[in-house]
Amino acid sequence: MENYFKTDGLAVGYNGRILIHDINIELEKGKILTLIGPNGAGKSTILKSITRQLETISGTVFIGSKDIVSWSPKEMAKKMAVVLTDRIRPELMTCAEVVATGRYPYTNAFGKLTPRDAEAVREALELVHALDLAGRDFMTLSDGQRQRIMLARAICQEPQIIVLDEPTAYLDIRYKIELLDILRGMAGQRNVTVIMSLHEIDLAMKISDYLLCVKGDTIDAFGPPDEILENHTIEQLYELQDGSYNLLFGSVELTKPEGPPRIFVVAGGGHGISRYRELQKRKIPFATGILFESDVDCQVAKELSDHVVTAPPFEPMTERQFRKAADLLTACEAVIDAGTPAGTLNHYNTELIRLAEDRGIPVYRGKDAEVPV
Amino acid sequence: MKAGNSQIAKEPGPVIRLGNRSRFTLVILILIALLIPALLLNVNIGSVPIAAGDVFRMIWDAIRYGLANLFTNGGFADKLQSVTGSSTESQILFTIRIPRILLAAVLGGALSVSGYLLQVFFRNPIAGPFVLGISSGAKMVVGITLVFLGSFFSGVSSFTMLAAAFIGSLLVTAVVLLFSQKVRNMSMLLVIGIMVSYICGAVTDFCITFASDHDVANLTSWSMGTFSGASWQNVGTALLVCIPGTVAALLLSKPIGAYALGEGYAQSMGIRVRPFRVLLILLSSLLSACVTAIAGPISFVGIAVPHITRSLLKSSKPSFMIPATFLCGAVFCVFCDLIARTVFAPTELSIGTVTSVFGAPVVIYMMVNRRRGMED
Repeated sequence: MENYFKTDGLAVGYNGRILIHDINIELEKGKILTLIGPNGAGKSTILKSITRQLETISGTVFIGSKDIVSWSPKEMAKKMAVVLTDRIRPELMTCAEVVATGRYPYTNAFGKLTPRDAEAVREALELVHALDLAGRDFMTLSDGQRQRIMLARAICQEPQIIVLDEPTAYLDIRYKIELLDILRGMAGQRNVTVIMSLHEIDLAMKISDYLLCVKGDTIDAFGPPDEILENHTIEQLYELQDGSYNLLFGSVELTKPEGPPRIFVVAGGGHGISRYRELQKRKIPFATGILFESDVDCQVAKELSDHVVTAPPFEPMTERQFRKAADLLTACEAVIDAGTPAGTLNHYNTELIRLAEDRGIPVYRGKDAEVPV
Repeated sequence: MKAGNSQIAKEPGPVIRLGNRSRFTLVILILIALLIPALLLNVNIGSVPIAAGDVFRMIWDAIRYGLANLFTNGGFADKLQSVTGSSTESQILFTIRIPRILLAAVLGGALSVSGYLLQVFFRNPIAGPFVLGISSGAKMVVGITLVFLGSFFSGVSSFTMLAAAFIGSLLVTAVVLLFSQKVRNMSMLLVIGIMVSYICGAVTDFCITFASDHDVANLTSWSMGTFSGASWQNVGTALLVCIPGTVAALLLSKPIGAYALGEGYAQSMGIRVRPFRVLLILLSSLLSACVTAIAGPISFVGIAVPHITRSLLKSSKPSFMIPATFLCGAVFCVFCDLIARTVFAPTELSIGTVTSVFGAPVVIYMMVNRRRGMED
């Protein structure tokens, strides 16, 4: 498929000073590109440059096969619509009127709206599920509602490309999902190319066809999310400690408690997660086992502890793993039995609890057991 | 868009209204209904009261003979002369009162539109030519021109005054613009405006100190703001500048509406933002300069009238706002001039005194009641 949007050796910055150089993006029609990166990395600067709000320093931006510098403002407006972070405060304008400004490039010199324009406004409002807000004063809306109206405004402009700067910034999780679903729909059904910046790496991974990792002078990486995921770019991008960001789930765990383990958690099958997090909050270092590598407990445990005894999945646990766990357990002050049911493959975990009882190490059971450490 | 409310209706979806046209029509009708008695009262009341019937008769005759005169190539000149210049009453009517009310109406409208354009420019409802010191700047340059050039030439023509006022307006606007880059806060913008007016006031006072008595008398009465110097020539100048100015503003309605969403969005919709901003400032300065040159600085009209109009319309749609603001400003100034002339007759108040009394409370009300989120 032919590239619809392309940047070639683009350098952007303010007042002639280069902030980021060598930005090379190639994007087909109907794809979603998300810019991710730490605060102040220059995501907005890139977006402003490709929307011509900021003059580029060098390099070229192409829409279709044409350099955007050669588009007239009106032609450009028919190609590209934006949702900005600017907090707008139009006085006494209804939502329908705000959305209708998106018809600007299509109306005559007096801005007269034809029935066709009015229909586009209605459709756009319907698409963002905001038809009921049409007659409301824009200033009376909540942040989430405003963002939907601004998206409707951009949609109403009937662009080939929508550029959004942090569109999820003020939204609660439900609206975030709704907004991203709408964008996915625009890309899929209307073949609109979407370029945006997001703070939520997990959402970016899920919605995007391509990710652009922005940090400092150059682009860290550009490619499909899977590729970025495999290369551990995310951790480097945000300077995260190893493991604290779970690439598979896109979730983040807080920092591991430091020091030798004081509590051993016998877990598995998801029973351990809440206990691990509780210990993390109390800053108590812990060890845990024996967990199958495919176990969800294992994913979280590895982020919160350096002492996780694991076993390959679909095989019974072995004597060797048991001994390793037993060594850790006997050095601990207490044991938590997270309540994982015993089965044929994990009977060594039952052995671990029996061992603790034999050695006189206190064992705490059940969900609500207080651990007095 | 058909007559009545423009609607987007699709069975069974809800009706979407884009701009309440019937309310606009209603407001315009009310304003016209107010303007006519205001004009009549103004013609009617004064040190020499003229009965309303006589007023109508004389105006009707003047129009009748005037038109006839036009079509017969001067055949009715005598008749026309007998109507407009025969009695004291008709002389007062045609050489003093009618030009004065026309001037008050046109300049009031122009000043209000000028204020509206500044508010669009700064995206700030508290902006206005007087509060931002623009009127004071115009006054300063006019003062300098009157005092220093007036002594070299026998008199200063109204065109020179207009040019001086325009230069003064642009000068102060440039200064305010420079500062507005640094402060985005609207209270600060006001403080800067007030400071700039003080500086301009000081320079004007300085000129007065070195001026001849004759010039001082002229300058003082002018600098208080008054429509008393009205002449048909002034009315002509005002119409020539203000009507095209207002029409030009009306032609900018479309970008003005989009600009309300901020520069970023305006640019993304295809507006060439920089030329548009220059055009806004030039138009606004031209209108307020015309007013200042002819009638002196008039306070609070530029800020209060657009606000009142917006509240009446319950919309900020520019194609509604501009004509309604012009009309509302005309009504406001005609009434204020009536009060200025009559309340302490035969002593006449300056127009600025009256507009301040009515305008300043509106501004205070706006400051106190501005909505959350408007502060930044």
